[in-house]
Amino acid sequence: MMRTSPLRWLLPAVAMLAAGGCNRVQSVLLSSGDQASAAGGIWNLMLWVCVPIYVFVLIALALAMRRRPTPAGTTRDRAIGRGLAAWLALVGALLTVLVTASFLVDRRINRVAVAPLQIRVTAHQWWWDIQYLDPDVSKRFSTANELHLPVDRDTRIELASADVIHSFWVPSLSGKLDLIPGRTNAMTLTPRRVGWYRGQCAEFCGLQHAHMALDVRVDNAAGFAAWRAQQLAAPQLPLSGAALAGEHLFESSACAMCHAVAGTIAGGHGGPDLTHLASRRMLAAGTWPMDRDHLDRWIADPQKPKPGALMPAVPLDPRDRAAIDDYLMGLR
Amino acid sequence: MNTPIDDIETGQAQARREALERTWADRPGFIGWLTTVDHKRIAHRYVATALVFFMIGGALALLMRIQLAKPENSFMGPDRYNQLFSMHGSAMMFLFAVPVMEAVAVFVVPLMVGARNIAFPRLNAFSYWVYLFGGVMIFTAFFLDVGPEAGWTAYVPLSSSDFSPGKRTDFWAQMITFTEVAALCIAVEIVATVMAMRAPGMTLARIPLFAWSMFVTSLMVIFAMPAVMLASTFLIADRLVGTHFYNAGEGGDALLWQHLFWFFGHPEVYIIFLPALGMISEIVQTFSRRPVFGYTAMVLALMATGFLAFGLWVHHMFATGLPPLGNSFYTAASMMIAIPSGAQIFCWIATIWTGRKALVAGRIATPMLFVLGFFALFVLGGLTGVMLASVPLDQQVHDSYFVVAHFHYVLIGGAVFPLMGALHYWFPKMSGRQLSERLGRWQFWLFFIGFNVTFFPMHILGLMGMPRRVYTYPSGLGWELPNLIASIGSWIVGLSVLLFAINVIRTLCRPRSAPDNPWGAPDLLWSVSSPPPAYNFEEVPVVGGREPLWPADRPLQVMTGLSHVRREALLTTTMDAIPATRWALPDPGIWPLWSAIALTVLFIWSIFNPWGVVLGAIPFAVAATIWFWPKRSQPSLGGANERDC
Repeated sequence: MMRTSPLRWLLPAVAMLAAGGCNRVQSVLLSSGDQASAAGGIWNLMLWVCVPIYVFVLIALALAMRRRPTPAGTTRDRAIGRGLAAWLALVGALLTVLVTASFLVDRRINRVAVAPLQIRVTAHQWWWDIQYLDPDVSKRFSTANELHLPVDRDTRIELASADVIHSFWVPSLSGKLDLIPGRTNAMTLTPRRVGWYRGQCAEFCGLQHAHMALDVRVDNAAGFAAWRAQQLAAPQLPLSGAALAGEHLFESSACAMCHAVAGTIAGGHGGPDLTHLASRRMLAAGTWPMDRDHLDRWIADPQKPKPGALMPAVPLDPRDRAAIDDYLMGLR
Repeated sequence: MNTPIDDIETGQAQARREALERTWADRPGFIGWLTTVDHKRIAHRYVATALVFFMIGGALALLMRIQLAKPENSFMGPDRYNQLFSMHGSAMMFLFAVPVMEAVAVFVVPLMVGARNIAFPRLNAFSYWVYLFGGVMIFTAFFLDVGPEAGWTAYVPLSSSDFSPGKRTDFWAQMITFTEVAALCIAVEIVATVMAMRAPGMTLARIPLFAWSMFVTSLMVIFAMPAVMLASTFLIADRLVGTHFYNAGEGGDALLWQHLFWFFGHPEVYIIFLPALGMISEIVQTFSRRPVFGYTAMVLALMATGFLAFGLWVHHMFATGLPPLGNSFYTAASMMIAIPSGAQIFCWIATIWTGRKALVAGRIATPMLFVLGFFALFVLGGLTGVMLASVPLDQQVHDSYFVVAHFHYVLIGGAVFPLMGALHYWFPKMSGRQLSERLGRWQFWLFFIGFNVTFFPMHILGLMGMPRRVYTYPSGLGWELPNLIASIGSWIVGLSVLLFAINVIRTLCRPRSAPDNPWGAPDLLWSVSSPPPAYNFEEVPVVGGREPLWPADRPLQVMTGLSHVRREALLTTTMDAIPATRWALPDPGIWPLWSAIALTVLFIWSIFNPWGVVLGAIPFAVAATIWFWPKRSQPSLGGANERDC
């Protein structure tokens, strides 16, 4: 259900979109979900109304500037007065259309979700805590910074904040909604295309607002079920000696103060849940790709790529750090 | 061929002028500079100060654009960047846009309505000093690395003591208090001037449109500014004495801030924009050589805009999860703004359409050029504003670069372009010299092109998902090229502003040569010399129509009776401007300055210690008491003297 704007040719925007590599993963115009498509429909309507009005006003102005002066005493202010009334009637009518359309689309976006998947997203400075809810306690699990959704199904996302105001925005799927301390907001997503999408915090939230991204994977039902099963399972036990040493270091040093790994004694909740860290695509809320080299550099000094991040640089000698890397890279 | 009677009359006129000069003269030298209550001198320094803040604010934007020119740039870190954009927004909104419009009005409105000075001249002087000290304070704090860091909107809890420790946000919040006090003072003066000090015969239906726009603006200031003063005072109290207005953990509400802030913040946009509408009306009228078409419609449109502006603040909060039905109301209210705006656009185009195009040396005059630029930019910004009023669309582009593009189109296109036009237009009257038309045209084209190169790509960036207020961005999302283009454009704008500064400085170094009415304009402002004498009008002008100076050969009637040896103003009735009474205006004095200094001490002290509010009030009370102490040498007028008028 991807929709592109039929009026795109009207804007030099298109040239730039093309020049910019036609980014599909984080774009308002190339929507891949019901909610974004609905907003896209309003965008198209707006363009159909506003572009002609703009052109009309500029042409009128150009004609006015080119016009020869009227001989004194022949200005026809009465006729112009009727023109003003007609113009205002036109503007009023167009606005009525826009208000009505906007209202109807808003209602469609806010419809009650049908048998939705329930997820709770809690924003932190500067990462996303994601909990998959289920009436059955054994089917709940936590992850961070990577949201997996089934295609063609409603997902209801509860939005909360642990500190300041953030905003949840995955442009290809839906408009944004704020996460406000002391309140819980909720939105429904209905993705219609399998793929990877990118979202980003849209409300200024402090030093690392720029590095607070969110990966969204929309999968078919089977793929989603497989991922869910994997997330529910405990990560495989460390196999190598280095990884075992790494686990020990992880649990006995500062790491476990803030991070949790399900099935181990690491149970901190100040930072992202690391249970299946190595299965994620990105590191540090979309800052770096997830691989061993980046992970090592991240642990060595998180302040370098993300100055102000709340994770301190824990002093570790490179051998210990390598052991922790081994351990974490095994968390799949 | 002077007859003896003529000689006597000239001699009398000469003696009258000399008496007026003596009465209205400032004390000589630096003391005179400090004590003056002349609205023109205060307006000069107000405009100059605001333009300096504008240039510093613009320089901050240029630094931001360097940082954003390429992805993952390391030109500056997040802490510096956050302070830069917070300072840029705060300076442009609080220290430039609102004050500069009021400053121009302080010069223009009394002359337009035919008054000898603005109402409450000492309050005017006080307002300037408070504004200057507030601006200097925040920039000093900024250069000492204690500048604001939570954006010009300072949303809680990011601006609370938990997430913004130290004094940065306190300085910001107190800067708000300074500028709002200054703005409120001027608002009161303008309302009084327009309502009570108009020349006889200038009925409500004959007030020049700029004066009307400033009147509506001032009323908006009076209603809107208290909301933000309350909000920032709550914020300071939360930070300094541990109240919990905004603390959700203790029963406060983070959204309370947003409601209070935007209840001010949205009208604020129109407080900046309405004066610009007045400027356009004046310029269009003068250069079309005909009265503005649809005067009544224009006035009603100004009032409708001012009224509606208070009913649509929630469209800044569509993403906060407020009830959808309530949001729809604000959608409708926001879109309704297009009706008065559309009416005004129509009337201006109709005026140009039916008028005679007045050219300067065969070309379109610079003020008119800026007005034409306004049409191209503001209409676009207005239409994206209509888009933003729609809840579903706003939820997509809210807080993205689309919004950044939108509000720069409406604020720069809608207010700075008319302001630049107005500064060119009124410069001869303000300084006695005309700005270079050639440099003005260069400035316009560089500004117009640079502006579009900078801000048009931002629409696309927003649609491509780039949020605002990010200090950097990753590559691979297609944001590189539009950002680079925008950064290049920003330097073109910078160049254009530099040209303006050069034009102003160069012109000020030349001798005064401007004629009284260089553009052939119709209002009273142009009936006096350029620059006007300290007393503005030798005798009170009497107005018989909306365009008292058209046709040009019609002599201006005057009314005598005001004292030449005392500072007097004529008060007229509100509706019909019938002379009512004579009003003694105050002499120059130093106490507005001392009061402003005492108030500054109070405000800055209270940043560090709540007792500053209590103890700091004492010197202020002393200074204000001396300021208002009745003087024996100035018996109150009126009463018996009323009949003299």
